[in-house]
Amino acid sequence: MKLFKLRGGVHPEGRKDLSAEPPIRVLPLPQRLYVPLQQHIGAPARHLVTVGEKVKKGQLLAAGQGAVSAPVHAPTSGRVVAIGDFPGPHPSGLPMPTLTIETDGEDVWDDLQAPADPFALTPAEVAARVAAAGIVGLGGAAFPAAVKLNLSRNSEVHTLIMNGGECEPYLTCDDRLMQERAPQIVEGIRLIAHATGAREILVGIEDNKPEALAAMITASTTAAAAGGAVKVIAVPAMYPMGSEKQMIQVLTGLEVPAGGRAADIGVLVHNVGTAYAVQQALRLGRPLISRIVTVSGGAITAPGNLEVLVGTLAADVVRACGGLRAEAARLVLGGPMMGTQLSSLEVPLVKGSGGVLALTGKEVEASSPGPCIRCSSCVRACPMGLLPLEMAARIRAGDPAGSVDWGLKDCIACGSCSYVCPSHIPLVHWFNHAKGDLAARERLKMKNEATKKLADERSERMARIVREREEAARLRAARKAAADAAKKATAEAAAAAAKQKLEEVTA
Amino acid sequence: MTPIAHSPHAHAPTSVSRIMVTVMLALTPATLFGFWLYGWPAINLWVVALSVALVSEAAALKIMGRPLRAGLLDGSGLLTAWLLTLSLPPWAPWWLAAVGALFAIVIGKQIFGGLGQNLFNPAMAARVMLLISFPLEMTAWTVPMPITSGAAPGFFEALGITFAGVAPADGISSATLLGQVKTDLGRGLGLDQVLAGIYDPAAFALGQRAGSLGETSAVLLLIGGLILIARRVITWHIPLAMLAGVALPALLAHLIAPGHYPGLAYHMLSGGLMLGAFFIATDPVSSPNSVSGQLVFGFACGVLTWIIRTWGGYPEGVAFAVLLLNAATPVIDRYFKPRIYGRDRKGVALIPAKESTK
Repeated sequence: MKLFKLRGGVHPEGRKDLSAEPPIRVLPLPQRLYVPLQQHIGAPARHLVTVGEKVKKGQLLAAGQGAVSAPVHAPTSGRVVAIGDFPGPHPSGLPMPTLTIETDGEDVWDDLQAPADPFALTPAEVAARVAAAGIVGLGGAAFPAAVKLNLSRNSEVHTLIMNGGECEPYLTCDDRLMQERAPQIVEGIRLIAHATGAREILVGIEDNKPEALAAMITASTTAAAAGGAVKVIAVPAMYPMGSEKQMIQVLTGLEVPAGGRAADIGVLVHNVGTAYAVQQALRLGRPLISRIVTVSGGAITAPGNLEVLVGTLAADVVRACGGLRAEAARLVLGGPMMGTQLSSLEVPLVKGSGGVLALTGKEVEASSPGPCIRCSSCVRACPMGLLPLEMAARIRAGDPAGSVDWGLKDCIACGSCSYVCPSHIPLVHWFNHAKGDLAARERLKMKNEATKKLADERSERMARIVREREEAARLRAARKAAADAAKKATAEAAAAAAKQKLEEVTA
Repeated sequence: MTPIAHSPHAHAPTSVSRIMVTVMLALTPATLFGFWLYGWPAINLWVVALSVALVSEAAALKIMGRPLRAGLLDGSGLLTAWLLTLSLPPWAPWWLAAVGALFAIVIGKQIFGGLGQNLFNPAMAARVMLLISFPLEMTAWTVPMPITSGAAPGFFEALGITFAGVAPADGISSATLLGQVKTDLGRGLGLDQVLAGIYDPAAFALGQRAGSLGETSAVLLLIGGLILIARRVITWHIPLAMLAGVALPALLAHLIAPGHYPGLAYHMLSGGLMLGAFFIATDPVSSPNSVSGQLVFGFACGVLTWIIRTWGGYPEGVAFAVLLLNAATPVIDRYFKPRIYGRDRKGVALIPAKESTK
């Protein structure tokens, strides 16, 4: 198949060999699990259990609320021992609402209900089951998958793209999953296609994963016999190939319009890990309670991939990989290009956590930033066609709005520019800061406008009250005048009558 | 508590000083050749320029209260002085190099705000300043006198030439080809008469001729430039566009009036074109940052160079052309931007061209 050309991009050192070889291991049950109520983009889930309550594996713990949300299920059987704040997997380590479960070691499933034939369900029913299983995008963004399915059905999606790019260095969780569980992934892909009505199904996998490619091609050929052609395509290994916009471009030549969604051009993109979760939910009735996590980095003793229950502490998975063999200069959740720094390993892993990295100082290669020499390495590296150096210059000058003209709103924060900058300028940091700043200004502007509207309405209301009062006063006055006039007329009439009577009498 | 680091948590093995060192390495073949060709006085000049650059940069940084270490160790000041030296007459007096280096660092770079802030290429700004202020010293050329030959001045003789102003013996001063041709054409001679005996393309390509310290060997400069492209310090866009900018009008004019306008090889091999195209115009600070902008910039540099060489008051035009285009860089950057993904060339969001799903 013909591939389309991408702009920019970088070729960071892959370092996937660290963790790519050993098969996926299942992490032994930890003593306690810390399950945050918000593991997705959107509103946090509302908990339905109480402290002390016994729960079974897969039991609904918290229901999604609002249009964009996802429910949370018990990762194993045990007892709820606390409901409250626990440090979240975020650079700040700020506490977030979390259910703490003491595991009972029995790992007993709740009653699971799986349809006899998931392909016999209507697309809406498939989406409803995906929503009920708490499935979110496992590529990292953790957007509720069912919301995307419903959106695609409404906007006539014709092409389903499965993202097996995994372009982040170090991460091999999708690679291992595709190697070991390709038939399930392919069935999940066909279910997603069934739920959206997409007729063309493309799976993009970077050509640095030949085993995963082979396994997926074999599985899709078998599936093709059963109907439903899934095309597996090798795409060049390059960062950020696994970004949604870039994967669409390389496979279809189409570009998502600025400010729009993939669905606007009839495309839906899902991660291969999400397809596996969908298959598990529809074939076995299992909600999303575990995921594959890559544990890697130069400071990890025995890097590899683990199947980890949601809510497991990062410290537990690092321990399961032999612990640290060197001082970790930086702990990262996710990949090194877009992942976030962890200040501690005592935080739970969630649905969107694809990797835990412990990097050595040499791997991070941190350096203090110097002045921009306008070398335009960042311009060449940007996959979006932006001018990072111009954007940064404006932000530094205190003009974040000015940087929008040079592409701030189109920035996907992939980090390619920061990665290549010879002056080690943290460009993406500047951009994210400016985006936050602009959003805050926007909110302030909206607030001011709302205040102004309220004030205007109030003064108008006051004016109306005054007007009405005056009107009433005038009416009252007029009525009084009329009454007076009438009284006067009656008095005059009476006087006249009296006079006439007097005249009559005197006459 | 350690501050929170933002992604990415990895970095390409690159830094400003690494870039500067790579450029210096790429300049080394042509520089060593210049040292060999013009002997000890050339080496003296190089040492003076680099020392003055270091000292004046340190002084400027100190006055402005900026960190000395980072400012000196990035290597950009040394590179500027190095490039300036390569464009000077090889037996020039020491003060010419000193004044040039001082001007390049203080006026050309630090006054604008230091590394990355200068509008003009500092080395070329200094060269043009020297050319206007000291026209005599800046056009006192020497015939090649390889250091290995008996006629070359020895180490102590060279000190006299550079530092004491001991005039070189008669008969070793010479004119550059561009200068000679300009003068002779002005006297109404035909081109074939002018070039006879003084122009041998093969010797010229190698650099066996009178000229600036490091500009004579087109071949070695080209090799240095290709190293820069291979190491991804520069891209091919500006050099190729600049060479094309000289080549196209030269070819055309030569085709129309061969007796009056020298041809392609003459322009490609003479003056500071190779140094200018690969090492000067590609200065990241003062050149545009988009590919289309760089092509426009390079081509305009080339055309201007040819125009100044052909009709201008000076025989060589590279420095003037580059400075003029440096001034145009902000304008070029404004009008030549890459197209943003999901937008058209004007920056308007693409309208989804929905394929028929029926």
